[in-house]
Order: sequence, then C-alpha cells, then structure tokens
Amino acid sequence: MPDVDYLSVRGVSKQFDSGGNAVSAIEDVSFDIARGSFVSILGPSGCGKSTLFNVIAGLLPPTAGDVRLGDTSIIGKAGQVGYMLQKDLLLPWRTIEDNITLGQTLRGIRKRTARQAAAPLIDRCGLAHFEKKKPHQLSGGMRQRAALLRTLLTGKDVLLLDEPFGALDAITRLQLQMTLIDVWQETRKTILFVTHDVDEALLLSDEIIVLTQRPGRVRARLTVDLPRPRTPDMLASPDLMQLKAQLMTLLLQEVTEP
Amino acid sequence: MTKPVRDLPSGVQEEKRLSRHAVNLWRWGLLIALIALWELGARLGWLDPFFFSSPTEIFRTAVTKWQTGDLWRDIAYTSASTLLGFALGTVIGSLIGLLFWFSRRAALVAEPWLVVLNALPKLALAPVLVILFGIGFSSKVILAFLMTVITAAISAWSGAKAVDPALTTLLFSLGAKRRQVFTLLVVPSAMPWIISGLRVNIALSMAGSIVGEFIASDRGLGRMIVYAGTTFDLKLVWVGVVVLSILSVLMYLAVVLLENLLSRRWSAEQNQT
Repeated sequence: MPDVDYLSVRGVSKQFDSGGNAVSAIEDVSFDIARGSFVSILGPSGCGKSTLFNVIAGLLPPTAGDVRLGDTSIIGKAGQVGYMLQKDLLLPWRTIEDNITLGQTLRGIRKRTARQAAAPLIDRCGLAHFEKKKPHQLSGGMRQRAALLRTLLTGKDVLLLDEPFGALDAITRLQLQMTLIDVWQETRKTILFVTHDVDEALLLSDEIIVLTQRPGRVRARLTVDLPRPRTPDMLASPDLMQLKAQLMTLLLQEVTEP
Repeated sequence: MTKPVRDLPSGVQEEKRLSRHAVNLWRWGLLIALIALWELGARLGWLDPFFFSSPTEIFRTAVTKWQTGDLWRDIAYTSASTLLGFALGTVIGSLIGLLFWFSRRAALVAEPWLVVLNALPKLALAPVLVILFGIGFSSKVILAFLMTVITAAISAWSGAKAVDPALTTLLFSLGAKRRQVFTLLVVPSAMPWIISGLRVNIALSMAGSIVGEFIASDRGLGRMIVYAGTTFDLKLVWVGVVVLSILSVLMYLAVVLLENLLSRRWSAEQNQT
C-alpha cells in the first residue's frame, strides 16, 4: 500500500503556560495512519487527546513536531480535516438541513447544490424527514447523527472524532456506531477516533493506539484482527477477549503507576 | 408564558383557566374603579378640580385638542423622535457591541467606558444638546439616541461574549474565516441578548424625547405639557400625561410584538445539549 503514512504525526509536543510553569500536555507523539483506515486513540482522561486533536485540526500550534497530510504540513491550517466533538454543536437557529451543510455554506457553495450533495447521505444516517426540523426538536441521538453527517459532508478525507458518542445511552450509541461503520465502509474515509470505551474501540477500529497518562505519549499500538463487517457479537470471541484484557491491563497500569 | 400543566386532572386545569380569567377581570376592574373614583372624587369635591381635573374633563379637552389637529401633530412629533432615536440607538449600539468581538483588546479598553457612560445621567446633557443641535427635531432624536445607544451596545457585547467557545472552534475547524464566524455565529447568538434590551430601550428613548421637548421645542407632547403648566392649564397637563401613558404602553406592546417575531426566528431554545 502506498499510502500507509497518509496522515503522519511526527514528534508532536505541546506545552501550555500555567501560571509561569510550562505544563506538558503531550510529548513527542508520533504515529502514521494509512489512508482509509479506522484508528482509535485510547487513553486515561487528561492524557491530552483533545490537545492532540486540536493540533491535527490546525487549531492549535504545537510546541514541537509536525503533522503531515500526504506531502504537506497541516500545522496551523484549519479546515483540512473534518472534526466532530462530544457535543453536537448544532446551531439552534438553523434547520438540520442547514446545519449539516454548514461546511459547504462556509466554502460559498449554494444551498441547493449543497442539499443535493447531502441527500443520499441523509437517508443513510437515518435523518430522512428531519431535514426541516430545528435541533431542539430532535433527540440527543438524532442530533449527534446530524453532527456526524455534517462532519462527513465536509468532504475531507480525514475525520477526527473526539468521543462523539460519549454522551449517549448504550442503545443509541450502538446504533450510531453501526451507522458510522456503515458509512465509513462506503466512503473509506480515514478516521481517527478518540474514546474511553474499550469495547467501542475494539468494535470499530482497525488499530488502537494507547496513550499514556499526562503528558501523553504513545504507549502501545495494537491491531484488531477481526473481519468486516463487524457485529456486536464479535466482542465475545476469545481472540477479542484476550485483546480486551491486554488493553485493560495497559490502561490500568497507566492510571495506577505514578 | 406559563407552560400548561399536563398531569393534572381536568378539573384542576379548569380551575386554573378560570383563575386566569379572574386575574384579567381584576386588572381591568381596578383600572375602571380608579377612574370612577377619580371622577366621583372630583364631582363630590373631595379632589380640587383645579389641580386634579376629572376624567370626563380631560376627555373633553383631549377631544377638542384632537379636533383642532394640535394633539395629533404633537403625538406624531413625539412618536417620530422616540422611534427614530430608538431605532438608531439600537442598531448602532448593537453594531458597536457586536464588533467588539473582533478585538478583545478594544473591548477591554472600552468596557469601563461603557459602564461609566451608562451610569452617566444623559438627561442632564439635554440643555447642552438643545443648544448644540437647536430646538428642532434633531436634538430630540439625538437625546433619544444617546439614551439607548450605550445599553444596546452593552447588551450586544454581553451576547457576543457569551458565544459558546466550542461552537467557535467548530466553525474554525470547518474552515470558517473570522468574518464568517461573526455573521453565522456571533450575530445570531447575540440576538436574544439584543432583543431582551429592546423593552427597556423604548422607554428610555421616550424619556429622552420628552425631556428634550421640555427644554426647548415648538412641538411635541413634552412641550405641550410644559406650555400648559406655565399657563396653569392643568387640564391640558393631564391630557398630556394620559396621552403619553397610552403612547408608551402602545409602544411597549409594539416592542413586545417585535420581540416575539424576532425570537421566533432566532429561537433561543439552545439550552438542551
């Protein structure tokens, strides 16, 4: 495969100034992501995952290091990757339709054109008949579906998903995970997915990167060798149980070791 | 607006609706009783008719003044300067407040100025303004404008400050330019704040217009009241007071209507996450 280092994070560190002291959020984080793969980042809370994402999204300049997409550095360049957060962040005064096409609106694409481009995916994400509604008329799960769709419609090849389903109940979360896998398999986006949930990481990812306690470093990188399409019952397979135990041990060590 | 209580048995709801009806009845009843008492007091000599006139007398004077066209002209004059000052003050003030979003530093420098200017009794400046801008229409509009512009700026700036930073991050991550974040996020987010300032500002604006007319004017309800007072025509003073009260209630209701229209557009239901 020629594109194994499509998204490349190289020696990225970020220090924040906290009352005169430099506090390190992430330190010398390096990894490569192959084009079209689904990689989860797992780590204890406060390991600097969001800082890492803000750097990759071009919203935060790192203290050191580089982030490359293909052949170009995307440090400080916002709008190069799609970004989705735990909060749906839909604009309350815009309809769902106008919210999901926000990325296109910002690029000056006409509403009609943007809507036409969105139409096939609206159905796919289970949002049919909700286009004209305002966000407050939708359930949390539906709003998060809209946020996912907005991220997909940015048309970027790389999507950063920062605990996108963290606030949802178990059943809704499972539904959205299935939708995400479904859409990902069709569009073959490159997805970087932050989560606290080991099962979620196992169910969705090709690979899992484990970060250390703050300051975040790459602790381990594991491959999830499961056939696609994935189904929830695969979580009970012996191989996966072993992988899960391994992950749990790694994470627990991170929290307990000083 | 009160939310209907769904779980209550129908009998209780019925009672609620009735009591609401009763409240309205009481409200209007009190007003009518007060007017009746005033009239009665004047007729029976409890109230000196020279000072307090009486509702029927006031009504008669108002009708005469209306027929000559004087009252109508004064109402139009005062309404026009009030509304113009209100509109200019709200639009310009809100713009200033919103534009502070572009520069934290400018906002920080301006903040104490806004607070002080807001606390300043602007009505005390009325004589200066009348000398500066003449006794005509413009000095009234400027006074009404000054009464509203600072509060409008403060409301809009509060709204701009309260924009969810996560939303700002999201828009930038989608590749938005600062100007786009401003028009697509900051302005609509601040709308509920701007709207909530309108009610206060219409009253302030009218106060500005009237005081301007008190100082020096050849028209307007404020001038009518001052003129009637100096000629001991207290009946006419009462006409002025009553007409002004009605006018301010009407303008208030108009602003409430405008508020409802605007907030439906910029629905403020953003609390659910």
